[in-house]
Amino acid sequence: MTTPENVVEVRELRKTYGDLTAVDGVSFDIHRGETFALLGPNGAGKSTTIEILEGYRSRSSGAVSVLGVDPQKGGLDWKARIGIVLQSSGESGNVTVAEQLRHFAALYPNPRDVDEVIAAVGLEAKAGSLIRKLSGGQRRRVDVAVGIVGAPELLFLDEPTTGFDPEARRSFWKLIRTLQSEGTSILLTTHYLDEAAQLGDRAGIIAGGRMVDLAPIDEIGGRESRVPLVRWLENGERREQRTDSPASVVTELVARIGGEPESLEVIRPSLEDVYLDLVGHEHASDLSAEALNETEAAR
Amino acid sequence: MSATMSPARASRTESSIGRAVRLGLLRIGYEVRAYFRQGDTVFFTFLFPVVMLTIFSVSFSEASFGQTADGDEITAAWFFLPAMLAAGVLLSGLQNLAIDIAMEKSDGTLKRLAGSPLPVVSYFIGKLGQSFMTGLMQAGVLLALGFTVFQVPLPEQAENWWVFAWVFTLGVLCSAILGIALSAVPRSGKSATAVVIPITLVLQFISGVYLRFSDLPEWLQNVAAVFPLKWMAQGMRSVFLPDELVVLEQNESWDLPGIALVLAIWLVAGLVITSLTFRWIRKDS
Repeated sequence: MTTPENVVEVRELRKTYGDLTAVDGVSFDIHRGETFALLGPNGAGKSTTIEILEGYRSRSSGAVSVLGVDPQKGGLDWKARIGIVLQSSGESGNVTVAEQLRHFAALYPNPRDVDEVIAAVGLEAKAGSLIRKLSGGQRRRVDVAVGIVGAPELLFLDEPTTGFDPEARRSFWKLIRTLQSEGTSILLTTHYLDEAAQLGDRAGIIAGGRMVDLAPIDEIGGRESRVPLVRWLENGERREQRTDSPASVVTELVARIGGEPESLEVIRPSLEDVYLDLVGHEHASDLSAEALNETEAAR
Repeated sequence: MSATMSPARASRTESSIGRAVRLGLLRIGYEVRAYFRQGDTVFFTFLFPVVMLTIFSVSFSEASFGQTADGDEITAAWFFLPAMLAAGVLLSGLQNLAIDIAMEKSDGTLKRLAGSPLPVVSYFIGKLGQSFMTGLMQAGVLLALGFTVFQVPLPEQAENWWVFAWVFTLGVLCSAILGIALSAVPRSGKSATAVVIPITLVLQFISGVYLRFSDLPEWLQNVAAVFPLKWMAQGMRSVFLPDELVVLEQNESWDLPGIALVLAIWLVAGLVITSLTFRWIRKDS
């Protein structure tokens, strides 16, 4: 297997604001055609990192290459090859959806067909509406449409589905899969771990400005963290056992108790469980630990 | 959301200047369209001088503002039409852009544009073009209102309209550039109107827009003479008022070269300030 070409290369990236270190020596690559998910709690340094790659922020030290160019020196030709969906948008929106997309399409050398893009984000019925009259989720879809209308090689998606209802999120995933099949490389940040698991090829988990794990999505956290957990109630007490052979454990348990164990569960840790585990440990934050307990309690 | 999206291939070979101008013209259309959909801008920038001209013309309809050599009364509408044209130039340029760009800085519009391959020159062409086009429409409305409703006689000599053309154009450019420079001052989009409107309001009061300039004390006239609005108003008066009223001006002269000079100085100063302070985004804020 040959080494895949990298569209993004980040080495020992650091960003400090006075005494505060927002990004503390982060390194990762994104291969061409890959979707890379950058995950982490608020304030972990995700947005700072992505904004450095987009050319919005300068870095304190380290090396960054995006499509072979240092983002701090990226010119208009370089910007024409990337697409950006920013985290927030509060623009006055005094143009219609179709006007906005036609306008942005005109800025790029080889744009996508505007009507196709509007259809792809499911806004055909709203094409003639002023953007300010749309709902939050619909405005977010306009952001996504503007981000992809230039047919970028590399797409930055910073929490793209905030404010989407579950159905809109599914449709968005479908759209992203279309882009993936066309060869678009994607950097995604999201708070929805299921989204990262659905769309991502690899993920980096960032906490406290440091990369705490970097692996293919289904290997994040290492093998042990994915070992299934068998949990049941015995004499009013919660018991659990990590095991690679949960069926055997349950069989033994049934034999030992001599019947159906109370509140029996077999849990295969999801990316979310693993993530919360990682961030909780590394971050040593009570909040994350609480969130972990809540997720477990909810099961 | 579905379907495949094929990039529509249309390779273009054009110079970067050609591209910047082409996109700049595109921006003008986009900006003008957005301008007229922003209700408060349309009122406080576009219609404000029109409303003021109407109020002044009606409330001072009994008053006389002098006589022409032929003995015709100079009505309030006649007297205030050039003043409101000058105010319109200031509002369409300075007030409009200072507020508009401050809002765009804080609401993420500029950030989005900064991430797109839009040349910064095209952005400025769009803003200047928006000021020019909306200012021109505003002047058209003021002239039409003055002529048809208030029977203000309009100049017949081509020479007067030539002066109008250059005072208007230089005035709009100067105001617009100063507006872009001033947009750096408000700390947020929300505070933009609170920062900008008092400035334009005070300028209008001391520069002979709402008050007769000749009634102001000399020291205040001299203060106003530092700023461009006084000169724009003077230029507009030279076009629309009968020549007899030149005696009300400072030094009893329309001083056209002085108008050109002061506006040019402010234009250059605005360009320098803008090039030093304008940023697509506030980096590392």
